[in-house]
Amino acid sequence: MSSVSASSAARVPLNRFRVPRRFLRAALPGLSLALVILGIGELNPRAVSYFGLNLMLNLGIPVALATIAQMFVITVNDLDLSIGTFVSFVGCVAATWLRDAPLLGVAVLLGGIGVYALLGAVIYLRNVPSIVVTLGMFFVWQGLAILILPKPGGKAPVWLHALMNFRTPYVPFPIVAALVIALVVHAGLMRSSYGAILRGSGGNPSAIGRAGWSLLKIKVTMFALAGVFGVLSGLALIGLTTSADANIGKGYTLLSIAGVILGGGEFVGGRTSPIGAVIGALTLTLAGSLLNFMRISPDWQVGAQGAILIIVLAARAVINQTGGRAS
Amino acid sequence: MRLAGRIDLLTRPWVWSYLGALLVWLAAIAFTHGYGAGGMLTAALALAVFCVITGVAQMFVITLGPGNVDLSLPANIGLASAVAMKVMHGSDSLIAAGLLAALGSGIGIGIGNYLLIRLLRIPPIIATLSASFIIQSTGISYGRGLQIKPPPGFAAFTTAQTAGIPLLAIGTAVFTVGAGILLHRTIFGRSVLAIGQNPRAAWLAGIAVERVRCATYVLSGALGGISGALLAGYFRGSSLEIGDEYLLASIACVVIGGTSVSGGKANVPGLWGAALFLVLLLTMLNTFGVSAGIRLLVTGFVIIAVIIAAGGQKPLR
Repeated sequence: MSSVSASSAARVPLNRFRVPRRFLRAALPGLSLALVILGIGELNPRAVSYFGLNLMLNLGIPVALATIAQMFVITVNDLDLSIGTFVSFVGCVAATWLRDAPLLGVAVLLGGIGVYALLGAVIYLRNVPSIVVTLGMFFVWQGLAILILPKPGGKAPVWLHALMNFRTPYVPFPIVAALVIALVVHAGLMRSSYGAILRGSGGNPSAIGRAGWSLLKIKVTMFALAGVFGVLSGLALIGLTTSADANIGKGYTLLSIAGVILGGGEFVGGRTSPIGAVIGALTLTLAGSLLNFMRISPDWQVGAQGAILIIVLAARAVINQTGGRAS
Repeated sequence: MRLAGRIDLLTRPWVWSYLGALLVWLAAIAFTHGYGAGGMLTAALALAVFCVITGVAQMFVITLGPGNVDLSLPANIGLASAVAMKVMHGSDSLIAAGLLAALGSGIGIGIGNYLLIRLLRIPPIIATLSASFIIQSTGISYGRGLQIKPPPGFAAFTTAQTAGIPLLAIGTAVFTVGAGILLHRTIFGRSVLAIGQNPRAAWLAGIAVERVRCATYVLSGALGGISGALLAGYFRGSSLEIGDEYLLASIACVVIGGTSVSGGKANVPGLWGAALFLVLLLTMLNTFGVSAGIRLLVTGFVIIAVIIAAGGQKPLR
């Protein structure tokens, strides 16, 4: 809180230094992704091909969608601990009802988005911490997933499987999908006027409230959007794996938070970057492949994700600090 | 009069937790017609111990203020359980060494967490998240394929009981009294509360904010390490997933126990109530014979109901 006033006071004389620093910060996620891909290419040139990238980045799409969902929640200074089990729940619905009784399946998925919107309303109206509410929802979604699909199984709807295995010409489908996701969300959240209001409510809620915008509506919108992208993530995941499991998305909660932060988002203040979030998700996905090619035991796969996170954050700290020294 | 009393209860959710624990216990007994009432309590006490120890760790961290959560607890517990069992090597004479090793591993993780927070200037939640990824991998590669049994003496100690009360529960009760004194009666504890209420004011008042923050994360790491060793003894062997449920369980206990998630307000007795409530709730659902899905569903709804009932927290600032 004190740093906000300090940095705004320093903004005027620092203007000259701010531009490259901001640029560096924005370039950091892309740079880390490029480094990981270069590393893979160096170790195994054949991997960086149409089929190789398709294979390696496939599972990046659901992760990227979940990361975007998490990003919406983080933008309004909340945190969603339940996104992982929500993705599992969506997956279980997709592999059972959506295939056997499409109408029921669609209704249940829409209901899930409705629950997300309701969570936003409850969190705002009762002024309760989102961490705890979504912690409760973590158990609720997992319970529902187990009730729907007690044993791993089910089958993806044919159209979903076909969509996720679509072969685009020249550029691998996951890259096209990632670009579309990033650009659509970027246009909506970063370039539209209501998007600025949405982000502003993370930066200074009372200012947005006094300007006449409904904070309740903003919270509900952002949580509903998180629900929408959670549903998309679950659908994408099932389209790829073709069958479901009640624990299929469990790891997504931490992965999505890491992806948002890796992409340049911050926990408070409404500072986010949809493009960065998608890049962050892809980087985390590729970390495993890089390790494979380096012949490092898969034991260290999670560790590598942690290490990448720390390295990028360290680089960001250095960038911020050199900027500070210039003053 | 009655209404006033009710409002009083509403503002103190931790009283609810004891009431809730009593209620679910009674419901479970009613279902079994009194059969196994004592055994249920014994088992609940034994399991509640681990929720309480990890809860105390999480409580100190959360009390430091918004953004402070130790996400590395489960990984820490998993690694410490492997370290303890490996050092003890199934021999009673090495129990102390194993406990010290687990404690050391926990303290090391605490220091690592704090260094990440301090050097990278990142929110603690992210620092402990990235640390947990690395600890997890370290645990996997260190404890690979190992299922070392605890020394018989240590296993007996973790499950010993007198008059139906587990020894570990008595020890933990004493420990929580100590934690209460540490929180409310020492400079360290008061500093934690002050930082949670307003870090800047605490700093201006001359509190060594960074030193207290460091100590808090080290404390949390150390408690995680100890509970890892104890869990390995109780469940007759280490495993990396042994601590998985204690991330969410510790946060749930802290919150249901009446500690403010926005920091600056902590409650030690509430931890016991919350831990017993959650464990007995599961016991009750088990005696009802409901499926795992329903059990999770009810747990989730209870957590949400408690926080909404307790809600409306006004920021202290």
